[in-house]
Amino acid sequence: MNVKQGYFYTKDHEWVKIDAMTGKIGITDYAQHKLGDLTYVELPKIGKIVKQGEVLNGLESVKAASDVYAPLSGRVIKINTQLENEPGLINKSPYDDGWIAEIEIADENEIKNLMTADEYIKFLGESK
Amino acid sequence: MKTIFEKSIQGKRAVQFGKINNKIIKKIDEKFLRKTEIKLPEVSELDIIRHYINLSKLNFSVDTEFYPLGSCTMKYNPKICEKLAMQKEFLNLHPFLSYIDENTVQGALEIIYEISDLLCEITGMEKITTQPYAGAHGELTGVLLMAAYHKNKGNNKKFVIIPDSAHGTNPASAAMAGYSIISIPVDKDGNMDINILKEKINDEVAGIMMTVPSTLGLFENNIKEIIEIAHKYDALMYYDGANLNAILGKLKPGEIGFDIIHINLHKTFSTPHGGGGPGSGVIGVSKKLVDFLPVPIVIKENEKFKLDFNVKNTIGSVASFFGNFQVLLKAFIYIILLGKEGLIAVSEIAVLNANYILAKLKNFYDLPYNRKCMHEFVISAKKQLKNDIRAIDIAKYLIDNKIHPPTIYFPLVVEEAIMIEPTETESKQTLDEFIEIMVKIAELSEKDPDKIKQAPEKTPILRPDETKAARELKLKCDI
Amino acid sequence: MSDFIPHTKEEINQMLKIIGVNSIDDLFSDIPQNLRTKKFNIPEGLNEIEVERKITKLANKNKSDLICFTGGGYYDHFIPAAVDTISARSEFYTAYTPYQPEASQGTLQAIFEYQTMITQLTGLDYSNASLYDGGTALYEAIAIAVRTNNKEKIIIDKGVNPLFRKIVKTYSINLPIKITEVELKDIYTDKDKIKKLLDDETAAIVTQNPNFFGVIEDYEDLFSYAREKGISAILVFYPVSLGILKTPKEMKADIAVAEGQSLGLPLCFGGPYLGIIAVDKKYLRKMPGRIVGETKDKEGKKAYVLTLQAREQHIRREKAMSNICSNQALCALRATVFLSLLGKKGFEELALLNLEKTEYLKEKLSKINNLKIKEGDTFNEFTAEVKKDAFALVKETINRGFSGGLPAGFFYEDKKNYLIISVTEKRTKEEIDAFCDILKEIL
Repeated sequence: MNVKQGYFYTKDHEWVKIDAMTGKIGITDYAQHKLGDLTYVELPKIGKIVKQGEVLNGLESVKAASDVYAPLSGRVIKINTQLENEPGLINKSPYDDGWIAEIEIADENEIKNLMTADEYIKFLGESK
Repeated sequence: MKTIFEKSIQGKRAVQFGKINNKIIKKIDEKFLRKTEIKLPEVSELDIIRHYINLSKLNFSVDTEFYPLGSCTMKYNPKICEKLAMQKEFLNLHPFLSYIDENTVQGALEIIYEISDLLCEITGMEKITTQPYAGAHGELTGVLLMAAYHKNKGNNKKFVIIPDSAHGTNPASAAMAGYSIISIPVDKDGNMDINILKEKINDEVAGIMMTVPSTLGLFENNIKEIIEIAHKYDALMYYDGANLNAILGKLKPGEIGFDIIHINLHKTFSTPHGGGGPGSGVIGVSKKLVDFLPVPIVIKENEKFKLDFNVKNTIGSVASFFGNFQVLLKAFIYIILLGKEGLIAVSEIAVLNANYILAKLKNFYDLPYNRKCMHEFVISAKKQLKNDIRAIDIAKYLIDNKIHPPTIYFPLVVEEAIMIEPTETESKQTLDEFIEIMVKIAELSEKDPDKIKQAPEKTPILRPDETKAARELKLKCDI
Repeated sequence: MSDFIPHTKEEINQMLKIIGVNSIDDLFSDIPQNLRTKKFNIPEGLNEIEVERKITKLANKNKSDLICFTGGGYYDHFIPAAVDTISARSEFYTAYTPYQPEASQGTLQAIFEYQTMITQLTGLDYSNASLYDGGTALYEAIAIAVRTNNKEKIIIDKGVNPLFRKIVKTYSINLPIKITEVELKDIYTDKDKIKKLLDDETAAIVTQNPNFFGVIEDYEDLFSYAREKGISAILVFYPVSLGILKTPKEMKADIAVAEGQSLGLPLCFGGPYLGIIAVDKKYLRKMPGRIVGETKDKEGKKAYVLTLQAREQHIRREKAMSNICSNQALCALRATVFLSLLGKKGFEELALLNLEKTEYLKEKLSKINNLKIKEGDTFNEFTAEVKKDAFALVKETINRGFSGGLPAGFFYEDKKNYLIISVTEKRTKEEIDAFCDILKEIL
C-alpha cells in the first residue's frame, strides 16, 4: 500500500498536505483499495466550515458508501470538480489528481493529532 | 433483448376502446391540459405478450430452479393459494366499502381477523396489525410502537441495540423512528456477546432488535438472559421474524418475553416474492403495546366483523388500509391448508435439510461456527480464497449449473460469507445435486480455479460491469 | 392435510444418520426445553377440496358486485386480460429481488421499462423500481426534501388524500419533520394562504391534482414561487389523468408521487398496490428504493443491474435514504404491461373515456333537486353537495346494488353533506342512468 511522505494522516485514512495555512485533503491509497471503484463523489460546498473529525463529504462505490472526515478544522476554499465526472481519479491517483478539497486551516495546533507518513505506515501494519 | 420501446412502431395498437369523443376535452380549461407527448410504446398485443413471456424466461425462479437464497426462504408457493386468491369476490372489493358498510365486506374482514388470530397463536403474541407491506415496513412500525410506548411512560430513550448478527435492515428502520444505534459484536460461538451487551446497555436504551435464529442460522444460546437484561432497563425486545421458518411449533417468541415481532408472510407463509414484492410484514405485539397499534383494527362483535378506529394511544396508520390484503389471503390459505402438523413439519424439515447440507459440505468449506444450525447456515469461501476463488465466483458457477446462488457477503461478520437456506420443500435429490456441485467447486478451486473464474458462460449476460452502471447512469430507455 | 414436504420416511432417516443425530428433535437441542412451545393451538390441516370450499364461502360473504361509483384515490378501472397472463408467469412471481443479474435479466429489464414509462407519464427525469403505496411514497418524497434542503417544515394542502396525510404524520412522529396542514377554502386549495406560509424554514410544499374532491388545479405558479425560495415542490398525481392533464414536470414539480393502483391493479380490498415516485435529476441520489440501470457485460453486451445501491439500507445501514427493500415489484410489472397494452394512443383514450362518462353523469345530476355539483373543472371524480347526510345516502345506494360514492365526512368533519363521486371507463350508460334515477329517488 502506497503512503506518501510529507503528508499527514488520520486513523480514518484521510491525508492532508499542508502548505502554509492551507491544507489539501484526500483519501489514502489504502482507503481507495478498501472502497473499490469509486462511482460518485459528493463534493463539499465551497465555504463549508468543518471541525477536525467532522464529516467533510461522502463517497460511494458500487458496494460501499463512506464518509470523509476532515483531518483539520477549517473552511473549504477549493474543491476538485474534476471528480464530478471522473470519480475514478481517486482510485488512479489518490494522493495527487484524486484530491478532494482544499481548506483554509483554522488551527495549526490540531496537526499534532495527526500521524506522519511513518506513523501511518506503522498504524496500517498494526491494524491488519 | 430489445426493450418494448425499441419494438414500438407508430400507429400499432393493442387495447382498443372503439369510438372516442375527442371533443370532450373541451370541458377542461386549456391551461390544465398536458402539452408534452406521452411516448408509450405502440406494439400489438401478441408482440407484447411475446416480449414479456420471453423476458420471464431470462429469470431464475422457485418454479424453475433450486433457490437456496439464505434469509429469504424461497420455498414452493402452493398453486391453490394463488388460485383462490384470484377470485373476483376479493379482487373487485373496494377498500372504502369497509368504511361505508361493513356488511358488504364480511368475508374479507373475517380473513383479516382469522389470520391475525392464527398468527397470534403461532407467535404467542397478544395482537396483530396487518398493515405493514414488507419486512422492513414491519420493522419501522415495530420501532414506532416501541417509541410510542416509551413516550407514553415518559421514558427518555435514545438508543436501540442491534447485534451484528441481526438483519441488515434493522439499523435503517430504527433510525427512521428517530433512534441511534448501538451495535453488539458476536462472540466466538456466534451468539451476541453478552458481556459487551451488559457493558453497553443503559436506561436510555429503548429496545433490542434480535433476529432469531440469527443471520448466522444459529439459535441464540443466551436468549433468556438477554430478555431479562433488557426488561430490567424497560427496554423492549424486538423479534425480527425473517427466520421464523425455523421455529414453528417449537418456540413462541411472545411466550419467552418478546414484545414485538414482525412476520414476513412472503417467507414463512409462502406467499410468492414477486421479483421483490409485494410482501407483508405483519406485526405482533405483547399486552403492553396493544394500545398503540395502528388503526383501523378488525374486531368481532356479536359474530360480526367491524373496524375499530378507537385504539387509545394509536400511532396512526402506516398503510392506506389493511396492508397487502391479497398477500394476507394467500398466507391464510397456506396456514389452514397445512394446519398444526403441517406447520410443525415445515420447521422440522427446513432444519433437517439445512443440517444435511451442512454435514455434507463442512469438510470442503470453512465453517465459522461449528454448531448445529437451524433452517440455514453460513459457510465461508475463505479456504478457496487462497486460489483467488471468492464467494461471488462460486455464485456465478452455480448459476451456470442452473442453481440460484445462496446469499453471499452477508452477514458481514463472516468473511466471504455464503448463506444457504434450502427450505423444507426441496427434495433430497435436489439437495444431493446441489451438494455435488458445491463439492465439485471446492475441488476445482484447487485443481482448476480458472474454470470457476470463467463462469458464468451459459447465461444471457456475463458478469455485467456494475461500476460502469453506477458511473455512467442510464436509468431509462432512449426514446 | 397438505404440507408440500417431499421426503419419504426412509430419506429422513438417511439424512439424520448422515447428520449424526438420532431424531429430528435432536436438531432443536439449542432451544432449551423450558422455552419450548407447550401448546400449539392451530386447527388440523385441510386438503385442497376443503380449503377451496372454505375460501369460496368466505369470498361469497363479500358484496363484490356493487356497481362502483366510489373512488377516493382507488378506482374501479378496466384491466386487460393480458396483464394477468404476464403477472401469472411463475418465472416472474416466484423469483426474488434481482440481486444476481445473470439470473434475473427478465425482472431487471421489466423494471427498467417501468422506470422509463413513469418518466414518460410524469415528464420528470427519473423513477425508482416502486414503493409500497401512494401514502408511503408521499412520505418518502417528503423525506427526500428534508434531506436535500436540511429544513424541517412541510406545508401540505388538505386537498391531499387524507389517508396519505395520516401515513405521513405517523412516519414522522419521531423525526425532525414539522407538518403544517393548510385548510381548504371549501374544497379548493387556498393558494394565497399557502404562499404566505412558505418561509425560510420550509423544506417542501405538497399538493394533489386532481385533489381529493376531484378538483383540477394548476399549481405551476405556486411551485415556481416555492422553487425560487429553495423549497421542493411535491405533487401527488393520479396516473390515469395524465393521459390528458398537465404533467408534474409542466407544473414545475420537483418530485411527483402517486398511488399506482389505477395502472392494472385490482382494488383487492386495499392491496397490493403500487407506490410511484419520480424526481427531477437533482434529487436522484436522495431517492430511496431500488433502481435499475443499463450497463455492458464483459463481452460488451447490453445488461441490466441494480445500481446506485450505495444509497440503500444494506450498505449505508442507519444512514440509508430509507429502510425499504422489498417493494411492489410484481405490481410494477403489471403497470408496465398495462401501459404497454394501452400504448400511447390507448392511454390518452382511456383518460378521455373517463372524462366523457363523468361529464355525462355530471350533466344528468345537474338536473336533480337537492343536489348541487361543486364548481370547477374535474377529471373522473367530482363533489356534489346533497341535502342529506352523505353517509346515509351512500348506504342507501348500497341496498340498491350500487356503491354510490365516498362521503367526505369521513375525513372532513364540516363536509358531511359532500359526496365524492367517481366514474371510470367501466361504467355503462345504463349504469349511469340507473344511478341517477336512484339518487333522484333517495333525495
